[in-house]
Amino acid sequence: MASLWQITGVFAKIGTFTIGGGYAMIPVIEREMKERGWIDEDEIEDVVVLAQSAPGLLAVNMAIFAGYKIRGLKGSLAATFGAVLPSFLIILAIAMAFTNFKDNVFIQKFFQGLRPVAIALIVVPAVTMAQKGCKSWWQWLLMLITLFLVAFLKVSAIWVLVSILVVSIAITMAAEGRKKK
Amino acid sequence: MIGLLLQIFAAFFFIGIFNFGGGGAMISLIQDSIVNTHHWMDAEAFTDIIAISQTTPGPIGINCATYVGYEVMHAAGYSNAVAVAGSTAATLAVVLPSFIIFFLLMRVFNHFHNDPRFVTVMSALKPATAGLIGAAALILSFNIDWQAGSLLPQVELVKSNFPDWKSGLLFAGAFVATYNFKANPIWVILAGGVLGLIIY
Repeated sequence: MASLWQITGVFAKIGTFTIGGGYAMIPVIEREMKERGWIDEDEIEDVVVLAQSAPGLLAVNMAIFAGYKIRGLKGSLAATFGAVLPSFLIILAIAMAFTNFKDNVFIQKFFQGLRPVAIALIVVPAVTMAQKGCKSWWQWLLMLITLFLVAFLKVSAIWVLVSILVVSIAITMAAEGRKKK
Repeated sequence: MIGLLLQIFAAFFFIGIFNFGGGGAMISLIQDSIVNTHHWMDAEAFTDIIAISQTTPGPIGINCATYVGYEVMHAAGYSNAVAVAGSTAATLAVVLPSFIIFFLLMRVFNHFHNDPRFVTVMSALKPATAGLIGAAALILSFNIDWQAGSLLPQVELVKSNFPDWKSGLLFAGAFVATYNFKANPIWVILAGGVLGLIIY
């Protein structure tokens, strides 16, 4: 059986070598789990599907779900710790160094060129998510209303999400009530 | 100090609970909470953090949370050691809800994600999440001020992120490269930085 240190180590390795977030991690996690025989081939597919449908960060969900399959609660803690640790250490090192270099002319020019690019890279997932998630007119409308409320009227994102959660749960419950009658 | 750490923890705990769309959604929620609601950081500083989070290894949401936790404590005048505590608080808080949700729903989860009710709720949350991410990009690009009573909002570019036409070209180029040509984001960001060195 895999020791907890092994689990932490493998997920730390995965976290260190995947740049670009959760989706880049999926194939790497799949391969590591199969090669080590920690999770069966068909079970790993379940983990991926569940991790994608659960709320939260994909990478963290993958670590929690896969770790649980390997060694239960302790396994999921070990895997998550491993997946998060490299990010944490690398970012801290950069944050500490960056405060000293911030006023350097070259760093300022570098970041001046980089900022519009970073914003473009947020627009891309917004567009792809809208294309995937909006299949009927009411979904497009909901997307535009959310955009308008948050960007123009400065409504907090969390309130918008809570309202949508409450309304959509109420609608599904009402629909069920009708079916029963 | 403890007060601010607890505030950071609470803010990121809520961000963790309401994250329904991965790293991009996480960035929009962090911006909503840290920049727009708490005013712990301005748009320029946050844009730098996004850029760094996108180029370093690991999940973007975790990178961003760790960095913001550090910066908020540092900007409040605390030492590096205390700022590390800020990072720890933010990172723990943002991961914790995933654990709670998993262990609460574990028994039902295998059936849950195929449940038509769950599918309906998610079909409403996905478009909203797309809207949130779009709003985050808008807020980082424009100062939008809409006073009660005035017909149209006052909109102007965020000067620190878009100082001139060259930055507009960089934005358009980066969008086309990643969206149309599926270029690797890390190279796109680094190219932006190198072009910045040349043109500014």
